[in-house]
Amino acid sequence: MKRMIEVSEVTKRYGTKAAVSDLSFTVRPGHVTGFLGPNGAGKSTTLRMMLGLHQPTAGSVTINGRPFADRPRGLRHVGALLDAHGVHGGRTARAHLTALAVSNGLPRRRVGEVLDEVGLGDAGHRRIGGYSLGMKQRVGIATALLGDPPVLLFDEPLNGLDPDGVKWVRGLFHRLADEGRTVFVSSHLMSEMENTADHLVVIGKGRLIAAESLKDFAARGTHRSVTVRTPDVAALRTVLVDAGASVTLHADNSLTVTGLSADRVGDLAFQNMVPVHELTPHTATLESAFMELTADSIEYAAGDPR
Amino acid sequence: MTTTATSATESAGRSAEPAEPRAHFTDLIAAEWIKMWSLRSTPWAFVAGTLAIVGFNIFTAYNDYSNWPGWDAQQKADFMPNWAMLDAFTDAAVLCLMLTASAMGALTVVGEYSTGMIRTTFTAVPARSSVMAAKVVVVTAVSTALGLVAAGGSFWSTQALLAGRDTGLSLGDPGVVSAVLASALAAPVAALVGMAVGATVRASAATIGVSFALLLLVPMGISDDHHGTAVVDHLLPYSAWARLIQVAEKPVNFPWSEAGAWTVYAVWYIVCAAITIFAVRRRDQ
Repeated sequence: MKRMIEVSEVTKRYGTKAAVSDLSFTVRPGHVTGFLGPNGAGKSTTLRMMLGLHQPTAGSVTINGRPFADRPRGLRHVGALLDAHGVHGGRTARAHLTALAVSNGLPRRRVGEVLDEVGLGDAGHRRIGGYSLGMKQRVGIATALLGDPPVLLFDEPLNGLDPDGVKWVRGLFHRLADEGRTVFVSSHLMSEMENTADHLVVIGKGRLIAAESLKDFAARGTHRSVTVRTPDVAALRTVLVDAGASVTLHADNSLTVTGLSADRVGDLAFQNMVPVHELTPHTATLESAFMELTADSIEYAAGDPR
Repeated sequence: MTTTATSATESAGRSAEPAEPRAHFTDLIAAEWIKMWSLRSTPWAFVAGTLAIVGFNIFTAYNDYSNWPGWDAQQKADFMPNWAMLDAFTDAAVLCLMLTASAMGALTVVGEYSTGMIRTTFTAVPARSSVMAAKVVVVTAVSTALGLVAAGGSFWSTQALLAGRDTGLSLGDPGVVSAVLASALAAPVAALVGMAVGATVRASAATIGVSFALLLLVPMGISDDHHGTAVVDHLLPYSAWARLIQVAEKPVNFPWSEAGAWTVYAVWYIVCAAITIFAVRRRDQ
């Protein structure tokens, strides 16, 4: 219960269209948990239900054992960045954060502290309308940090950040998780999560696809391959094809083998007395595992016949 | 052993339930006050609205001041008190005040929806109705101040001008305070109409359109010659103002009391405040 986000059997329908169907998962403290899914998978809907902004059609979402909407003030419990553009461009970052801090009875010095923390110490007096997307993301992150909350939610926080910014955000997320907080970060790009999250919740078309550690998720990809080099290409190729593998010959005389493990390729070569100079197993990349698992649940595919 | 492990976990982070002071409604009012005045448009609307309204009234009063010597005795006698009061606050002035105030009220609500700020606001304060109530308090205070400055400034300047013709009203004359107050309080009533429409419609252009229609177009399109339309007409804030600005009651087909007109103001204000506060309860934000 402590600091956990618990989504249980949640369904959300808008009219007749189900944005989220019977979704259940738990987000635990002490980890950066990535929330992945293609565009339109229901990530933002789920985050809004966590924050009590949208009411689930069925099921329940609790944070730290209670529906978030039951709390009169939120910033000390959950910090959230939902949409970097969700600020009034006419206000300065300082005024925006001051109003939020005051509404929750937080000391005004927190405003200066979080502005410094996100690197906007000098820009805080300027109007947000003139900020770049990356700076707006920093304002959103500052907003999330304001109440020093044990649970933090970020919707696509890496959008618009430069490489330095991405590196900084990753470091920040890891630090927050190491402090024992629950950090939940959504993205539609697996590559963004690769060095950010250690746990993953993957959804597609509003349904849960996976909720596990990054390592277990990567192991799910079936397109594993092995690179082999041998002086006797023809012989090895015959042996492997006979064993049921598909083999591709490259210009540098190396072979890419799929359908057999590296161990099996080595054994077969040994049994048939074919010398092997290189044997490299390739585990599927996270990206390919993600693409493979969500292929059936892409909401808006290019060239999709309608 | 178990104890050590537990306390180590506890001190690594903080306790599960963060320490939190009691939630105060005054904090929300303070936050909404900061939000209102941190937008450049607020002081501008305040100053420009006041200047336009006082300007309209001075212009009208100056016309009467200039034409005064050419009027016959009957016209001069008819001028007091109703025409003198309408120089202090003209139809154009009250419409301008209502538009400024309703736009101000509408923007405090739809400004949050059009930018998406509303989600940040309601995430910081999940007690949504309390946020809206705080907005009502701040908008009421600011629009009432705008109304008092505009109506008070207009009355003082126009009657000082008319005094140059040995005519004009003073606050001590019967019915005058009530007429000036009715002009001033048209502002909070209109501001709340803007907020209520904004909280219901949640889109900028539609909100401004619907508010202006309720405040301006409907009263202009309805005649009070027939009983049915007169009843509808008398239920509108603009008509209530037109009744209250009459220092001496004018004879009409279907007369109504000042108390009735004040009630119309009060009911519009209360109903609009309730809509603003409760519209955010059930709907997804």
